[in-house]
Amino acid sequence: MRDGDIDRGTPESKAGRTVSLVVDGAMVEVPEGTSIMRAASMAGFQVPKLCATDSLNAFGSCRLCLVEIDGRAGTPASCTTPVAQGMVVRTQTERLKKLRRGVMELYISDHPLDCLTCAANGDCELQDMAGAVGLREVRYGYDGDNHLADVKDQSNPYFTYDPSKCIVCSRCVRACEEVQGTFALTIGGRGFESRVAASANVPFLESECVSCGACVQACPTATLIEKSVAEIGTPERVVKTTCAYCGVGCSFDAEMRGDEVVRMTPSKNGKANSGHSCIKGRFAWGYAQHKDRILKPMIRASIDEPWREVGWDEAIAYTASEFKRIQAKYGKGAVGGITSSRCTNEETFVVQKMVRAAFGNNNVDTCARVCHSPTGYGLRTTFGTSAGTQDFVSVEKSDVIVVIGANPTDGHPVFASRMKRRLREGAKLIVIDPRRIDLVHMPHVEASYHLALKPGTNVAVLTAMAHVIVTEGLIDQDFVATRCEADAYAEWAAVVSDPSRSPEATQGATGVPAALVRGAARLYAGKGKNGAIYYGLGVTEHSQGTTAVMAIANLAMATGNIGREGVGVNPLRGQNNVQGSCDMGSFPHELSGYRHISDAPTRALFEAAWGVELDSEPGLRIPNMLDAAVDGRFKGLYVQGEDIAQSDPDTKHVVGGLKAMECVVVQDLFLNETANYAHVFLPGSTFLEKDGTFTNAERRIQRVRKTMAPKNGYGDWEITLKLSEALGYPMPYAHPSEIMDEIARLTPTFAGVSFEKLDELGSVQWPCNDKAPEGTPVMHRAGFARGKGLFVLTEYVATEEKTGPRFPLLLTTGRILSQYNVGAQTRRTSNSLWHTEDRLEIHPHDAEQRGVTDGAWVKLASRSGETSLRALVTDRVAPGVVYTTFHHPSTQANVVTSDYSDWATNCPEYKVTAVQVMPSNGPTDWQRDYERHSVASRRVEAAE
Amino acid sequence: MDTDDKLVMMANQIAAFFAAQGEARAVPAIAEHIQKFWDPVMRSKFLGVAQDAELHPLVRKAVSLIH
Repeated sequence: MRDGDIDRGTPESKAGRTVSLVVDGAMVEVPEGTSIMRAASMAGFQVPKLCATDSLNAFGSCRLCLVEIDGRAGTPASCTTPVAQGMVVRTQTERLKKLRRGVMELYISDHPLDCLTCAANGDCELQDMAGAVGLREVRYGYDGDNHLADVKDQSNPYFTYDPSKCIVCSRCVRACEEVQGTFALTIGGRGFESRVAASANVPFLESECVSCGACVQACPTATLIEKSVAEIGTPERVVKTTCAYCGVGCSFDAEMRGDEVVRMTPSKNGKANSGHSCIKGRFAWGYAQHKDRILKPMIRASIDEPWREVGWDEAIAYTASEFKRIQAKYGKGAVGGITSSRCTNEETFVVQKMVRAAFGNNNVDTCARVCHSPTGYGLRTTFGTSAGTQDFVSVEKSDVIVVIGANPTDGHPVFASRMKRRLREGAKLIVIDPRRIDLVHMPHVEASYHLALKPGTNVAVLTAMAHVIVTEGLIDQDFVATRCEADAYAEWAAVVSDPSRSPEATQGATGVPAALVRGAARLYAGKGKNGAIYYGLGVTEHSQGTTAVMAIANLAMATGNIGREGVGVNPLRGQNNVQGSCDMGSFPHELSGYRHISDAPTRALFEAAWGVELDSEPGLRIPNMLDAAVDGRFKGLYVQGEDIAQSDPDTKHVVGGLKAMECVVVQDLFLNETANYAHVFLPGSTFLEKDGTFTNAERRIQRVRKTMAPKNGYGDWEITLKLSEALGYPMPYAHPSEIMDEIARLTPTFAGVSFEKLDELGSVQWPCNDKAPEGTPVMHRAGFARGKGLFVLTEYVATEEKTGPRFPLLLTTGRILSQYNVGAQTRRTSNSLWHTEDRLEIHPHDAEQRGVTDGAWVKLASRSGETSLRALVTDRVAPGVVYTTFHHPSTQANVVTSDYSDWATNCPEYKVTAVQVMPSNGPTDWQRDYERHSVASRRVEAAE
Repeated sequence: MDTDDKLVMMANQIAAFFAAQGEARAVPAIAEHIQKFWDPVMRSKFLGVAQDAELHPLVRKAVSLIH
C-alpha cells in the first residue's frame, strides 16, 4: 500500500512549522494544525473513526475517535482536536474502549445485520470498526424504533442509496459540498428522523446530483454503493490507470475481479484529480463491453456493400495492397493518416512514424486540428512552448480566475471542482462567454463579471481589456522590462492604447458594456494578485482562434501573471490526450517536440533513427485532405480512433471527401459515422486493454495500464505495427515502453521520460530531462522557453460568417457533462439517461418571435445545410444567440457549421455560424436519408 | 466553396492577421506562413490562381516569395 492510500482521517496540514507530541508512547513530529487523529496515524496508530476521512474536513460527529490527553479533562474527538507541542495522547485506554463500544452499540442497534449478504461485506468501515472496538453484543436489542424498513432509492443507474444502512455520518453530504461543490445533498429531518436527502428529498436521478461518485466514495457503509459491486461482488485486484475521457486525466484504480471491471475509483494519489472523479470516468466505462463493439476486422470493396468479416492477416494485407495501389496510381501524396487524441502517446507516435516512414509523406494530422491547434501556434509564438503553463493545483493559489470560452463544470468537471473550491475560499471569477455557463451563478459561486460577448468577438474583448490595462497604468512594468521583448511590447502597448481599441469603441461589435470590460480588466490586473486564465474551445474554434490565444498570452505577460503558482495561461484540453497527440508529432508540419519538418538537423536525427529519408515539405491537414479528396488527388486515409464524419464541420463536405476516396480505413471500437464511408474496419482496443501513456492538459504524462487482454486481439499500437510492416516498414517494438524510449531519445522535452520513471513517480510533467529530471509543474519561471516573451499585435478582424436577413442568429456549440464529444462512448452507457438528444437552446424572445415553444421541433438552417432538433427555451443564451451540443449523430449538428477556419491553423470555426430557426415537423430529408444510409452501411454479411 | 477559392480566402485571412505589423514585416511573414504550413500542391494550386484572384494587397506582394 502506498502512503497516500492510507486514510489518515483528516486532511494534511500545509503549515510549515512542526510540533512534537507523544502518542501512545511514540514521539511524532507533524505540521502545526494537524489533527490528533492524523498525528496518531503518522505514528502508526489508527484511531477508530466513522465520520472522518482525510478527503474531508473534520466533522466530529461519530464520537468514535475519542482520545485522552494528559492534563486535559474529558475525551475529546481526535479528528477535531489539533496537536500541540509536548502533548501526550493515549488512543487506547479502558475508558476509551468502553465509550467506543457504547457508541458502536447504538449504531448497530439500528443497522441491518445482513453482513454476509451485504454488497459491502469486507469493504465496510462500520463492519471494520465494530471489529476494531471489540463489539460483541448490543444490549439494546433490535426491536426498538429503527430505519430498517426504509425504502432503497435505485433511481440512479450507477449507485443505490439505501437509507436503512445509513449512519448519518454526513460524509456524503460533506463530499458533495467540499469535494464536488454541488451541494445537492443534505441531512433532512431532525434527531431520529435525520436522513440523507438529495435536493428537496427527491430520487437521486431527479435531483441536482451530478453523479460524480464523491458521495459513494465517501460512504463508510453500503448506504451509497455502486450497483456493479452489488451485481459482481467485491474486487480482488487493483490496476492503476488513467481515465480516457477529458483532458483532466484523472488517475483511477480499476478494481477488477478476473478480467471484469467491478468499479473505477478515483486514485487519491492522482495528481490531476486528488481522489475526485466525474460521472464519465467514474461510471461510464460500460461501453468497453457494449454489444455494438466490433471485435473482428471487416472489409468491403465499396461503401454500398455490406461488410465482410475477415481475419487480421487478410484485413492488413488488403489495406496495405490498397494503399500501395493508390500510391502507384495517384502518387505518394495520395494517402495519409489521422492520429487520435483518445489513443496513447505511443500509439500516436507510431501512426505518424508510419505515415512519414512507410507512406513516405507528411500527410498526418490529429483531431487537435479541430480543437486546440491554435493553442499550439499561439503559445509557441508568444512563450516558446505549445502548452499550458501550470499544473492544476496551481489554481489553489489564484486570486482572480478568468474563464474564457470554456465550461469547466461540464467539460472538465474534476478540475472545475478544484476551481470552485478556490472560489468558495474567496477568489474572484470573471467569465467571458456568450452563454451563461453554470459557473456564472451557482451554489456558493458567483462571477464578479460575466462578459456575455457576441460569438466571434473574443479578440475585440481581449484587446479592449489590454487597452484598459495599458492606459490605466496597470502594467507590471518590472515583469515586462525583464522578461519580455522591449520593442514588441512598446509597439503592442501603443497599438492597444489607441482609442479605437477601447471598450467604449468596441462595445457595439462585442455587445459587452464598456464598464464591464473595464471592471474585469482592472480586477484581473490587480497589483499583487495572482491572476490565472483558463480557456477552451470557445477561444480556439474561431477564424481568429490563434489571435485570441496570443491576445490571452499578451494579457498574462502585461500583468506579470506568468512563471509562478496561481497564475498562467491554461488551455483546457477537450480529450484525454490532445496534449500528447500534439507532442508526438501528429501535425503534418512538425516532428515530435514541435520541431518543423523543414529543419534539416531535426530531420537528420529522425532519419538516422528510422533509417529512411523524410520529406522536408509539410503535408496536408485534415481539412486540406478532404479538399484534396474532393479535388481527386487524395484517395486513401487511415483513421485511428476518430470520427471526422460526425465531429468535423460542414458534414456534407466531409462526406463528399470521404466518398471520393478509394480506401478509407477506420480503426475504432464501433462502426462510427466515418465507418459508413470506410472500406476497411480494424477493431480497436479500449484504454482498459493496453499499456501506454496519456498526457493531460497540464502536460502531465501518466501511465495507462492494461487491465485485461484486448477483446479485439490487439492493442491499437500493435495494429499500426502490423500495417506498417505490411507496407514494407517494420517497427519491431515488443512493448509500448520501447516506443516511449524512442520518443525520449528523439524528443528533448521527453528525454527523461520512461515507463520505469512513471511507475516510480506516478507521473511527470514535461519538460522532463536533465534540467528537470522529475518534470516541470510550472513553466517559464525564470525565463520563457523562447527567451523573452513576445507581445504580438492582435487586431480584431470580424469573421466572414455574417448574419443577415436569411440567417439572423448566431449558433455556437459545446458539450454537456454526461456526454463526451461525438458520444460514441457515453451514448453506449447509462449516461444517456441524462441527455438523450441534442437540444437547441434559444432565448425566449427569439423563440416567441418564431412561434417556437419549449420541446417543439425546430429546423436549424445555415448556408451549409439544415437539421432538425427540439428546442430548449432558456435565457441562458442571449437574444440573437442559439446553442447546441453535437453528441448525437441523429442530430448532425455539424451539417450546419461552416468550413470557415482559423487563419493560422485551419481549426474550424465551430463557434460562429449564422443560422435561422423555424418550427419544424421533425427530422429533415437529410437526416432521414442519412439514417437510411447509416443503417445500410452498417450491414454485415452473414458468416458462412 | 471550391478549393481554389478556399485557398485564396485562407491567404487573405493570413494577410488580415499580419497586416497589423506593417507591410515590411507582413509580406515576408505571410509568405513564410504559407511556405511552412501549406503542402506543396496547395501552394502550387494557389500560385496557379493567384494572378486572377481577388487577393489582399499584402498577399499580392507576398506571392513572389512563395514557391
